[in-house]
Amino acid sequence: MADLSISLAGIKSPNPLWVASGPPSNTAYQAHRAFEAGWGGVVWKTIGDPIVNVSSRYSALNVNGMRMVGFNNIELISDRSVETNFREIGEVKQRWPDRAVIASLMVDTRERWHEFVRRSADAGADGIELNFGCPHGMCERGMGSAVGQQPPVTERIVSWVMEAATIPVIVKLTPNITDVTFAARAAKKGGANAISLINTLNSITQVNLDTLVPEPYVGGLSSHGGYCGPAVKPIALNMVQNCAADPKVGLPISGIGGISNWRDAAEFIALGSTGVQVCTAIMHYGFRIVEDMIDGLNDYLDARGIASVTELVGKAVPTVKKWESMDLNYKRIARINYDLCIGCNLCYIACEDGAHQCIDLVPPDGHGLGPGRVPGKPIPQVREADCVGCNLCSIVCPADGCITMVSLGNGLAKMSWSEYQERVARGEMNPIPAHS
Amino acid sequence: MPISPKLDPESAAANMADIAPCYTPQEAVIEANRCLFCFDAPCIQACPTGIDIPSFIKKIATGNLTGSARVILSANILGSSCARVCPTEVLCEGACVVLHREGDPVKIGRLQRYATDHALRNRLTVLKTPSRKSGRRVAVIGGGPAGLGCAAELAHLGHEVVVFEKKPQAGGLNTYGIAYYKMTPEVSLAEVTMIQSLGVEFRCGVEVGRDIPAEQLQKEFDALFLGLGLGKGARLNVPGEDLPGVIEALEFIEQVHTLPLHQVPVGDRVAVIGGGNTAIDAVTQARRLGARDAVIVYRRSQAEMPAYDFEQTLAKTDGTRFLFNVVPLEILSDGTGHVTGLTLARTASANGKLQTLAGSEFTEPFDMVIKAIGEEKQVDLFKKLFPALELDERGVVVRDPETGRTSIPRVFAGGDCANGGREVVNAVAEGKKAARGIHAFLTGRQVTGPTQASRYGVKGLPVGSGFDRPIRVRALEEEYARQQRPSG
Repeated sequence: MADLSISLAGIKSPNPLWVASGPPSNTAYQAHRAFEAGWGGVVWKTIGDPIVNVSSRYSALNVNGMRMVGFNNIELISDRSVETNFREIGEVKQRWPDRAVIASLMVDTRERWHEFVRRSADAGADGIELNFGCPHGMCERGMGSAVGQQPPVTERIVSWVMEAATIPVIVKLTPNITDVTFAARAAKKGGANAISLINTLNSITQVNLDTLVPEPYVGGLSSHGGYCGPAVKPIALNMVQNCAADPKVGLPISGIGGISNWRDAAEFIALGSTGVQVCTAIMHYGFRIVEDMIDGLNDYLDARGIASVTELVGKAVPTVKKWESMDLNYKRIARINYDLCIGCNLCYIACEDGAHQCIDLVPPDGHGLGPGRVPGKPIPQVREADCVGCNLCSIVCPADGCITMVSLGNGLAKMSWSEYQERVARGEMNPIPAHS
Repeated sequence: MPISPKLDPESAAANMADIAPCYTPQEAVIEANRCLFCFDAPCIQACPTGIDIPSFIKKIATGNLTGSARVILSANILGSSCARVCPTEVLCEGACVVLHREGDPVKIGRLQRYATDHALRNRLTVLKTPSRKSGRRVAVIGGGPAGLGCAAELAHLGHEVVVFEKKPQAGGLNTYGIAYYKMTPEVSLAEVTMIQSLGVEFRCGVEVGRDIPAEQLQKEFDALFLGLGLGKGARLNVPGEDLPGVIEALEFIEQVHTLPLHQVPVGDRVAVIGGGNTAIDAVTQARRLGARDAVIVYRRSQAEMPAYDFEQTLAKTDGTRFLFNVVPLEILSDGTGHVTGLTLARTASANGKLQTLAGSEFTEPFDMVIKAIGEEKQVDLFKKLFPALELDERGVVVRDPETGRTSIPRVFAGGDCANGGREVVNAVAEGKKAARGIHAFLTGRQVTGPTQASRYGVKGLPVGSGFDRPIRVRALEEEYARQQRPSG
């Protein structure tokens, strides 16, 4: 059994899996259920001056029958009274002393921030998360992403918070910004103890083609919603890595964005997250998903002989470099295993119409006949000399293991773009000729 | 005892209900999303009519049902009945690559039914015929699948078509001869109505040679298509064959389609003689209509049974019995004309020849005997109608498989009368091919089908659709097995 416990900027939890601030963390009832299921922490639904919500509030992107590949919402922060929220935080913390309870906050003036920060600590919260990310509703009132999108404002508000803070402060960043590291650096300058990212992305998930009004539908209108779910994971991973690799940030990270299972969690951790937060997957399946997340993460760490999850943090960060650092002489090509080929020809058409025209349909002679292939029907064959190793065929291939990408040794020494430029400049080599 | 109906209307209807009901919209979309949208898909090649299967399935997934039905019906005018009666396991679904990925193919037949039901149920006009007509007239003799396939394609090509059908309704075996739980006559008749809406004229209850001379058709029409199917059931040539309790399988199935279900006479103990798919259709329907004991009597072994595996499974699930390697010697009666049983003898194969084992005779009690040993070729009918028409040694019409052209100028043929008896989908394909042959003959212009959306960009080798080069999955499997064997 690997040690899954973490300490994120001093906030301790028995595992790195927290319920993110959102509908699943709205009440003490839900927090109890989450902790019973095994979650290591709960970031409370953002507390501020109670708001009034609209109906309806959520919408989803379904892909080929798969529900909630993407998800968005136009729900605002907590609509419950400030007193109720802080009282319940206290009750939850008392019942679950080993778990992390974090108060998510969103207010406006310096005085209000001071007040809410103090009340969080008084309630017994282990930490505070500053919601500088919500891209809908609250930003129109100068809060949420309106703060997170302006690094100087972020820095100033963080500094106000730090004036009153006695427990660790996490700044939750918006992805609706050109370069998230500027916001992360601002949080650092303001004195934050950690960052969490990503909050949701501006989005419209779908237009109802009967009414021509997007969802979620609110009496003939809709609004931009905050987008999340599995579809945003790549965006989140990128931003997490950006912050983890930036020496000017240098803060612990709580990773958020489309995490649904232990694999997603492990990837976020490997790219620099100390812990992770989950919301959409819980909204889809309930708190019970944490069982496999803990189980799978444990088995993964055990299988790799990693004693503590903290050893995994940031392991993949150094492998992501600028494009100019990569080896131009590295060569990889696609190989088709005809014993596994089911004959769909998707590799052929993807390469032919969508990529680099390096697969031919040829007579099957001498290649055997894989399952499902019609006698005499042409089979796809990679022209290895022309294959640029783009991966597309192996990505579209529906038969596991059928197309593998093979590294080819070509005897050439490594040469990055930067080295190439230098060598050409020094007259040591001619420019590589362009393709005809 | 004379045989009599066995069930009340509710039980009969429940037993004969659709065995594969139309998908709900959700079921259809989930199933459609299993399709990989192969490029130049094997399923297309396995379909004798060359339906662009990935294309119609993709349209179901996107909610374009009318377009989906158009893809199907433009390739196969009887797409709705074929969706129900095709042996998809050995055609499109047998070739489906998903079978090799997930162990279970995309349910192409049921998806096809879903799309075509949408068109037929809502009476959508998905097909259009050209406004400019050729002025040429073609007579189609026989309103079964081959004739309908030919008539619809000719209408698309702008020709005037009259279908002559001797039965009161067109559709042939689709209307009268399919197991009721697979397809009701209404489906077939809806297809006939759709073909009528393309401008095809139907003259039902008109038998060529009796009500109108064949010569007259040859004079009045620019071309003829012969889609006469097969004749009466073959004879057993055993004593007792003409007893009233002895019936041909197709006749029995026709009763199921023309009488109210609860009024179809069926025996208590029914023997069905034969081992083909029609025998299965007969035995399962007899069982579902109340036969206490329904038995397949087949002269060879189970392995040699021509009925498809899934048909045999269906019969077993229905609780029918199988007697293998037995041959009827006599149909017994009680002296008042009622069947009381069969005298059977055991058989053995020696060097491929079937022998009756002396001294192995035994009797089994039955009160109804259904003969399902194939239909006779209509040699005499053709000799009478078209004395110059060349028939081969089997008695089937000799024709060019690509154009349907026969030995008589302006006379074309297809379907069971020309192929000796195959599936509905083969008949439709042959009718369609003959229509193109007729069109080329009448206008001098060759027709090629539209480029199929899921095959846009096929280049290099001549891969062809199933319509050009149909494959059978069984052939595929044999080829695969052959290649798997170590050489030498």
